[in-house]
Amino acid sequence: MHTFGTTMRRLTAGAAIALIMTAAAPAYAATPADTLVQAWAIDDIISMDPGEAFELSTAEITANTYSLLVRLDLADTSKVKGDLAESWTVSDDGLTYTFKLKPGMTFASGNPITAEDVAWSIERVIKMDKSPAFILTQFGLNGENVTEKAKAVDPTTFSFTVDKAYAPSFVLNCLTATVGSVVDKKLVLEHVAPVTVSAESKYDNDFGNAWLKTNFAGSGPFKLREWRANEVVVLERNDTYFGEKPKLARVIYRHLKESSGQRLALENGDVDIARNIEPNDLDAISGNADLKLDSAPKGTVYFISQNQKNPNLAKPEVIEAFKYLVDYDAIGSTLIKGVGEVHQTFLPKGVLGELDAKPYKLDVAKAKELLAKAGLPDGFTVTMDVRSIQPITGIAESFQQTAAQAGIKIDIIPGDGKQTLTKFRARTHDIYIGQWGQDYFDPNSNAETFTINYDNSDEGKNKTLAWRNAWDVPKALTEEAKAALTEKDSEKRAAMYRDIQQKFLETSPFTMIYQQTEVAGVRKDVQNFKLGPSFDTTFLGGVTKE
Amino acid sequence: MTLPETSQMVAGRSKGARARGRAAIVARFLVVIVTTYLGLLAVTFFIGRVIPIDPVLAVLGDRAPAHVVERVREEMGLNLPLYQQFFRYLGDALQGNFGTSVLTTNPVMTDIRRVLPATVELATLGTLIGSLIGVPLGVLAAVKRGSLIDQAVRIVGLIGYSVPIFWLALLSLLLFYAQLRWVAFPGRIDVVYEYTFTPRTGLFLLDSLWQGQWDVFRDVFRHIILPASLLGYVSLAYISRMTRNFMLNELSQEYIVAARAKGLSETRIIWFHALRNAAVPLVTVIALSYASLLEGSVLTETVFAWPGIGLYITNSLQNADMNAVLGGTIVIGSIFIAINILSDILYRTLDPRTRAR
Repeated sequence: MHTFGTTMRRLTAGAAIALIMTAAAPAYAATPADTLVQAWAIDDIISMDPGEAFELSTAEITANTYSLLVRLDLADTSKVKGDLAESWTVSDDGLTYTFKLKPGMTFASGNPITAEDVAWSIERVIKMDKSPAFILTQFGLNGENVTEKAKAVDPTTFSFTVDKAYAPSFVLNCLTATVGSVVDKKLVLEHVAPVTVSAESKYDNDFGNAWLKTNFAGSGPFKLREWRANEVVVLERNDTYFGEKPKLARVIYRHLKESSGQRLALENGDVDIARNIEPNDLDAISGNADLKLDSAPKGTVYFISQNQKNPNLAKPEVIEAFKYLVDYDAIGSTLIKGVGEVHQTFLPKGVLGELDAKPYKLDVAKAKELLAKAGLPDGFTVTMDVRSIQPITGIAESFQQTAAQAGIKIDIIPGDGKQTLTKFRARTHDIYIGQWGQDYFDPNSNAETFTINYDNSDEGKNKTLAWRNAWDVPKALTEEAKAALTEKDSEKRAAMYRDIQQKFLETSPFTMIYQQTEVAGVRKDVQNFKLGPSFDTTFLGGVTKE
Repeated sequence: MTLPETSQMVAGRSKGARARGRAAIVARFLVVIVTTYLGLLAVTFFIGRVIPIDPVLAVLGDRAPAHVVERVREEMGLNLPLYQQFFRYLGDALQGNFGTSVLTTNPVMTDIRRVLPATVELATLGTLIGSLIGVPLGVLAAVKRGSLIDQAVRIVGLIGYSVPIFWLALLSLLLFYAQLRWVAFPGRIDVVYEYTFTPRTGLFLLDSLWQGQWDVFRDVFRHIILPASLLGYVSLAYISRMTRNFMLNELSQEYIVAARAKGLSETRIIWFHALRNAAVPLVTVIALSYASLLEGSVLTETVFAWPGIGLYITNSLQNADMNAVLGGTIVIGSIFIAINILSDILYRTLDPRTRAR
């Protein structure tokens, strides 16, 4: 037995030495001074091609790596300012927009930026016809006419012709979207893949889409070095950038999904900025002397959506009663504290035509009265599809309780995000708590999806939110939304949207709850980091660390 | 899946009969493999169709206009009847074409070549830790049966397989990373080294050693040690328990008494005679525990942001990215089958009784 014990002692000693070695390694916990490391859930990325990318994280990444003709003016987000464009004019008939480019600009590749690149970038968006292409095709562009409608007049002059005399603010706002990014034509053409022409694909090449999904051909302050799905995105300073050069050499986005993990990494200095902080981690960050918070209202609104295929939910009194059954105050002060603000209209704050009206508050007696009028004095039973994620589940439970007070029994069906969304998109839900982010920074984006539904049959071609809710929108409301598109006077246009929202507030089967506030935990040594009003306006060029 | 037991049948027959016997073994074996794979394919396919998630949603996101959704649905063959979809899927898979992952836009095999080494590295280190500590602990517990040490080993084991690993993982992160700062932040390697280090095999520990990059090696070590120790702990719990049982069985055998009577040292008896015999079933235990770690310990990989195959398949499944799920499942299935065969062969090598004469 004695010798056996000796062996064991040796083994234990070995294990102990191994442990000490680990412990003795110095604690390294500060990111390099020229590198900004952000923790962010970037698993939504499906492509880095600006003609295809339509996700929140890619909006920010392309905004920092690609240039556009015009950009939102952060000083006043109802206006735009030039990016590649030095100036622009609109023809008297309101159909032709002529942009004059700044001189002497080059892409990161070193190729000069010309109007030819701008024209081809738009041509490839239209011809590829990916998800965000509609932002440009809505101006009457298609595969046949695009080379005529979007063309280079000379190397520094680009002309863009639309099919109706739209409000100039609408056209320019749409051009600030990611899909309007200008790609390096010469570089991308070196990487196009051949495609067999068939019924589905009219063109003999892919316009470089396969290559550009993971590669880069832009001219922004940073260039994309690498994207590894669900792991990391790495940006590097573009030394040929025509504007003010970034101070940072590198920006790294690390994929981290959980708020708690992000907070831990932030506290320990392994990341400089944490982007998905939830309410329960906010207090710890604001109480930490090494950290600070930054926040900005975002263009995403959350709502309870009542499917009009359900006869009970379709009764006008029930529609109204729902709006009195949400405990807005409780939700605002606890569940969405720091990450959202109660908001009852469909245009987010900061957009032209926003309406700051909050006429509804929790009023069970009023709701009961309305239910009685609808012939449902004892309420009814109904299901609600709820994503298993906060604050959605919390809001669902709160609504379940308050609705029960009026006799409406809600059975919650929990599910994964994509699963509940699949039901909503197929119109097989009863009640769904949804969210909608603007497709581009213009009031028409939300106005269209909430108030236009030309064909309410299951075969409807325009599957807007109104369609998903099977809401046969009153003709007058749709007409007004369409008219606002061609109103040239920005003030009058804004007034029209305010009117539309007022009517929507009273009659729509959408109970708007809140507008998202994006919040980020930032280490104290990071300077000039400012979340933008939209995801494509969080610019990193000016950020420094000291 | 164990190879058919044939040694007795084959023994003492003519050469031809033996060859035929071998052919029969191989044929049976092939049938098992083919049906296993077909089953795997069918199950993944039908799970993929039963999941109430629209696969187009994963490709396009929520904001794509209706006509684009329709076009992509057709391109993906989702408008075809189910059996046609299955044959299409089967045909592609048989040609080794697992398609492109919609999440990463890479061919699935490229992705797997990238994520598998991460899991292999973690699982190998975990198994090494588990068996290098687990086996001696088990031996110790058996030798000092009923003693305080035996009780301690039992408690350690009990905690190992009754406490959920993600909870242990979170607690250990809090302690070793957040409080003590002994180990590095979740992930495989620090961002600082991300661009000075080019992995060859994908096993970062080996790669950095090979290239003589000591600082990288230390960084990688600081990343892997905690998740590997946790996995090691879980397999330790199982391995030490099994070792104890096998050893108790061996120690009660008569040959041990004979060896003691012969005057052999206790060390020699325990480590060379008893353990040598206990090692035979132990190999299977360790191999199976290794295989289960290779499957990708999803929870550990999630908590430690470890870009391995478990995390890859989970992400894919949640997004109805069926190409990736199928590819990953087939690879894991193959690994499982391979490890089973390997442990069978080892078993035969270690135990002469199972060898055909």
